[in-house]
Amino acid sequence: MAAAEAQTTPQAPDKSWHGIVLETLKRNEIRLVPYVPDRVLTSLIKNIHADPFFTTFPTAREEEAVGIVSGAWMAGMRGAVLMQTSGFATLANVLASLAVPYQIPLIMFVSERGTLGEFNYGQSLVCRTMRPVLDSLAMEHHTVTRLDELEFIVDRSIKQAITTQAPVALILSPLLTGGKVL
Amino acid sequence: MSKQANTSARNTKIMNRFDLTSRLVAKLKHEEAVVGGIGNTNFDLWATGHRPQNFYMLGSMGLAFPIALGVALAQPTRRVFALEGDGSLLMQLGCLSTIATLAPKNLCMVVMDNGVYQITGAQPIPGSATADIVALAVGSGITNSSWAADEEDFERLIEQSLSASGPTLIGVRIDDKPGTGQTRRDPVQLRESFMRGMGIRQGL
Repeated sequence: MAAAEAQTTPQAPDKSWHGIVLETLKRNEIRLVPYVPDRVLTSLIKNIHADPFFTTFPTAREEEAVGIVSGAWMAGMRGAVLMQTSGFATLANVLASLAVPYQIPLIMFVSERGTLGEFNYGQSLVCRTMRPVLDSLAMEHHTVTRLDELEFIVDRSIKQAITTQAPVALILSPLLTGGKVL
Repeated sequence: MSKQANTSARNTKIMNRFDLTSRLVAKLKHEEAVVGGIGNTNFDLWATGHRPQNFYMLGSMGLAFPIALGVALAQPTRRVFALEGDGSLLMQLGCLSTIATLAPKNLCMVVMDNGVYQITGAQPIPGSATADIVALAVGSGITNSSWAADEEDFERLIEQSLSASGPTLIGVRIDDKPGTGQTRRDPVQLRESFMRGMGIRQGL
């Protein structure tokens, strides 16, 4: 038995930020991951595609992805949406008319553009709308800046979203991911 | 009545949303899910008699098909129907490409096409006289898309969709009548009821 277990022991866990996010999603049975891509999310998206545990695909708009994971959760399948800051800025209506009032544990990962070295003026402006929108709906959100806090924040936030049936936004800071630079 | 594109070429009868919704629901014998889009579309679904397998959207215009896609992915053995207005679909046309790519075999989409935003005062939708929703769906990759010529044809297309091997879309031309009644506006109860209908929640 011990030998068999040893043979199936997986490789050393990936301790990169995206490796931790992927493993934490799996551990929390989050299988459905629609996304609108971002350069910073490339490795995470690639690895989620490569893992048969996940059902993952691009959507045309972020709110479409929110609709998909909302429907899936109501039918018993957990999901999370990946996007970047400018994509979050398109979501106020669906958050205020679907996720919040219907009490749906919408889990969002937002790659933060627009700060700490942004080179695109539009991105820097749209970034400033994100936290005021989250705060105006009294939505839970965390900005992850440190690798050593990532797993705790992601794992606990997923569990809280599901048990309290409330949406959560996990903002992945350039301090964590390196961000996108010219 | 608003002007419709290619009226003679389409050769489709102008029908009624509540009547068609009633015909659809009457065909459901296996706890199929039905997602009703914003406004009149879900009001008429509600008016056909509440089923726990119905989900009613009180906002998030354009998301009936994405929500239904999520249900279809989560429960591949359950048939899922989604009812959406033509104006609503225009807000989220990209979802047709997503659905065509994933190709869930258990999803049937119905587009109620009256060419107007009936609920806001019957203003015309963009393209009401020029665009063809079924052609847009086919062009998006939903190859099994068709206009229902009349009520009998609609029932036939619904029956076909129940055994389809890919996603289907049915366009229906409807009149500009408002919905019959209004859905009870209690999002949490509506969601909870639907989750029980999907078999993943028990009552208290």
